[in-house]
Amino acid sequence: MTPSPPRDAYDLVVVGAGPAGMAAAVEAAGRASVLVVDDNPTAGGQVWRAAGDGPLADGRVLGEDYMRGGGEATRAFAAASPDIDYLPGAQVWHLDDRLELGIALPGGRGAAMVRAERVVLATGALERPVPVPGWTLPGVMSVGAAQTALKAQALVPEGRYALAGSGPLLWLYAAQAAAAGAPPALVLDTTPRGNLRAAARHLPGFLRSSYAAKGLPLLLRARRAAPVVGGVDGLRIVREGEDGLLLFWMRAGREDAAPFDQVLLHHGVTPNLNLARAGGCALDWHEDNACFVPRADAWGRTTVPGVFLAGDGAGIAGAEAAALGGRIASLAALAELGAIDEAERDGLAAPLRAERARWLRGRPFLDILYCPAPRFRAAIADAIACRCEEVTGAQVVEAARLGATGPNQLKAWLRCGMGPCQGRMCGLTVTETIAAARKVPPADVGYLRLRTPVRPVTLAQIAALPRNDAERRAVERL
Amino acid sequence: MVGEAGEAARSAGPGAAAFVPDDAVRCDVAVVGGGLVGAAIARGLAGRGLRTVILDEGDVAHRASRGNFALVWVQSKGLGMARYGAWTRLSSDTWADLARELRDETGTDVAHQRPGGFALALSEDELKKRLTALVRMHNQPGWIPYKFEVLDRAAVQRVFPQVGPDVAGGVYCPLDGHVNSLRLFRALHESFRARGGRYLPGRPVSAIARDGAGFGIETAEGPVRAARVVLAAGIANARLAPMVGLAAPVRPQRGQVLVTERCAPFLSHPLVSLRQTDEGSVMIGDSAEEAGPDDRIGLGVLGVMAERAVRMFPAIGRLNVVRSWAALRVMTQDGFPVYDQSDAAAPGAFLATCHSGVTLAAVHSGPLAGMIADGALAADMAPFSARRFDVSAVA
Amino acid sequence: MFRRLPDAAAMAARELPFTLDGEPASGREGDTVAAALLALGRRSFRRTAVSGAERGPWCLMGVCHDCLVTVDGTGNTQACLVPLRAGMVVSTQDGRREVDR
Repeated sequence: MTPSPPRDAYDLVVVGAGPAGMAAAVEAAGRASVLVVDDNPTAGGQVWRAAGDGPLADGRVLGEDYMRGGGEATRAFAAASPDIDYLPGAQVWHLDDRLELGIALPGGRGAAMVRAERVVLATGALERPVPVPGWTLPGVMSVGAAQTALKAQALVPEGRYALAGSGPLLWLYAAQAAAAGAPPALVLDTTPRGNLRAAARHLPGFLRSSYAAKGLPLLLRARRAAPVVGGVDGLRIVREGEDGLLLFWMRAGREDAAPFDQVLLHHGVTPNLNLARAGGCALDWHEDNACFVPRADAWGRTTVPGVFLAGDGAGIAGAEAAALGGRIASLAALAELGAIDEAERDGLAAPLRAERARWLRGRPFLDILYCPAPRFRAAIADAIACRCEEVTGAQVVEAARLGATGPNQLKAWLRCGMGPCQGRMCGLTVTETIAAARKVPPADVGYLRLRTPVRPVTLAQIAALPRNDAERRAVERL
Repeated sequence: MVGEAGEAARSAGPGAAAFVPDDAVRCDVAVVGGGLVGAAIARGLAGRGLRTVILDEGDVAHRASRGNFALVWVQSKGLGMARYGAWTRLSSDTWADLARELRDETGTDVAHQRPGGFALALSEDELKKRLTALVRMHNQPGWIPYKFEVLDRAAVQRVFPQVGPDVAGGVYCPLDGHVNSLRLFRALHESFRARGGRYLPGRPVSAIARDGAGFGIETAEGPVRAARVVLAAGIANARLAPMVGLAAPVRPQRGQVLVTERCAPFLSHPLVSLRQTDEGSVMIGDSAEEAGPDDRIGLGVLGVMAERAVRMFPAIGRLNVVRSWAALRVMTQDGFPVYDQSDAAAPGAFLATCHSGVTLAAVHSGPLAGMIADGALAADMAPFSARRFDVSAVA
Repeated sequence: MFRRLPDAAAMAARELPFTLDGEPASGREGDTVAAALLALGRRSFRRTAVSGAERGPWCLMGVCHDCLVTVDGTGNTQACLVPLRAGMVVSTQDGRREVDR
């Protein structure tokens, strides 16, 4: 794939080159002008990172599924390259309701503005923050980070390490790391005891799904690879000595501890919604997996006309469902562009919907089972709620009691959400912590308002943007 | 002096919420609006022993106080109203006292600094225009003079060695300064609370009516009864003022701001359009657009501001912008504040609106709160009345 | 902190010499700057501007902004998003960025 500098305008701009983004682009290729922008140097997104050309040629470690699924998708994407402009290593920092996008070009080559007729946001998911005391210490990372290092650079943790948290990725990584010869020394499972009961009514659907077929053997392999302690309902980490960590956990009222070189945490993934939010898309609170999701209809249309959402960014559903969602949104965009008519759109979309429904079958069970306990979703006491501004949970609670009823008021009091991560690490934590302090549901508290720039861009790059006379006069008023 | 409900809330223990029950909240003064203007006035009133309540809106609201530039600025204010120049100067001169009181009462240091401030010109023409306006201002009848200096490029360079080649000169005024405005906002609220005030958010006001010798205020969470009411609700004052027989002819005027990541201190003085905060970030502002209630940022305006800033200090071009926002200034026709009181037939209602809530925080918390506590605005506040917009009165 | 798997494909990747905090260091083709530092045993990449606390990478996907280092003279660069190149000059950071760095 030869990266190319972007033109001024495209029929369709796809943000993200993961499963959904690649599929959306391939679907539209040849039928409309397409630009794909992604911040990674190679396609695949997070879930299929380096699937095309990673250092682990051996499917034994990462699993055959990964090598097959990811490899196919990246090959199809590469094959469509004559009809797609692809910009890797570039960051989209602006999106507005006029469908103008601001893009920071790779290698510090400046910023470009691109106009789109239609936009598909396929920005995927990110891991939920895990705001336990000590989570900001060096040597503490997310499980997803460790998996990225495994896939992209064939790196495994050195020394004794622990996994703590809940969710499929925890078990997947444990199995993969074990297959690579570096199993964790301990796995702490924080899945709340009551969740299995709550998820039970979805069990039949789950058992018929491919998650069960692939997930259960994986779970067994993972559980054999390392000692597992279940029912953990408290975590904290402190430094020990020069380079070590001491991990404490609570279980049935008792606290235990053990030393490790590294601790990896994971409490599921949530939609990466910053660009959608800054672009003006409305968000809804989803109770089942305790997160905000941009509102989108069955075609992926958000509340901003012309902006579509696909993939995990529209709701966590995994890579295969994401790819199908990407194609569905692309078809809807193509119909709106006049490249296909609605009958063709509907005809092509119907089997995709059916297949996607089959992939979604197991999700409700997984969502409910692995939804982290409320006490892990809020930051307690001295645990850091906002990493960028180093604000603790206790400070958030105090401000909420003083009258900061929501995250936007709180931002003015404590600066949470003002740092470079733009709330990606603290947004959900702040909402949940305020909700717990005020004893109201998170849906009532709301989420941070976000604005340009969604990713950092330099002053010089902004200084080079085009402007008209009225805009000049708004500043030069003498 | 604290009302019964306040007493009950405090004695319920440290874990008790600050939110009081809904049955008729009673107080001496209800201040409508919890921004910089409302909080400063309310703090002053609470400090004078009045049972004071702030009624505020919810989490997402047009809040000019969250979007300001944090200057405590004197230079260039008052062309068209000498009284405003004096009022501004008084606030700047007493601002250090406010900062000290807030620190002593709340432990919050609002980082007030008064090193003097600059306006830099990117051309000889700009410098000339700025100087012309300043001279006209200082020549107004009734003007209380203060010192300012006009600097050529060489003089600017002695203060700012890293200034860019396009800077032709500037104006310096020793009375100018800046503050950490978010900490100011927090400190005013903390001080208000420490002085016995009650902050009631989530209560937009729908109606105000006379109720015997006082006022009955309808809010989203039930009624409030107050002997006096102060309207400090920014843009919403336009809707509320007629309810007490007053007028607040204000319109929203959009200002956009860029903020960079933190960097080590390099800018010793604030400029009117660019300053480095005490935390290290660089803030760039100074745009004005008549965009109605639209508080969205526009890349063109941000680009113009960024370009001017980088021309003034080329080194900052490499800094990452981490935030931008647009806020709506509460603007009158002539740009000057409105301070008003209801007439003698139905006394007790006051109105305060301005677009310089940071600079004027000291006089709002001090002399203005004192006048409201005493029951009447001083005679020399007459130029600020909204009656100045009444063409028929002049004729 | 992290070690390289003795996987044939991984070990065949070309070595890339670079400079880390003034000392010679080396990584491999395909490394991001963050991965190279982790493979060299670095846990902490910077001290924060707010409190001086030590921080290392959390997410390795460009979201957390904790892996900030200075690369070829440009401060506050997200190490996990920059592919390592031979000859790069990388330094860990201490506190606020200097305006001309």
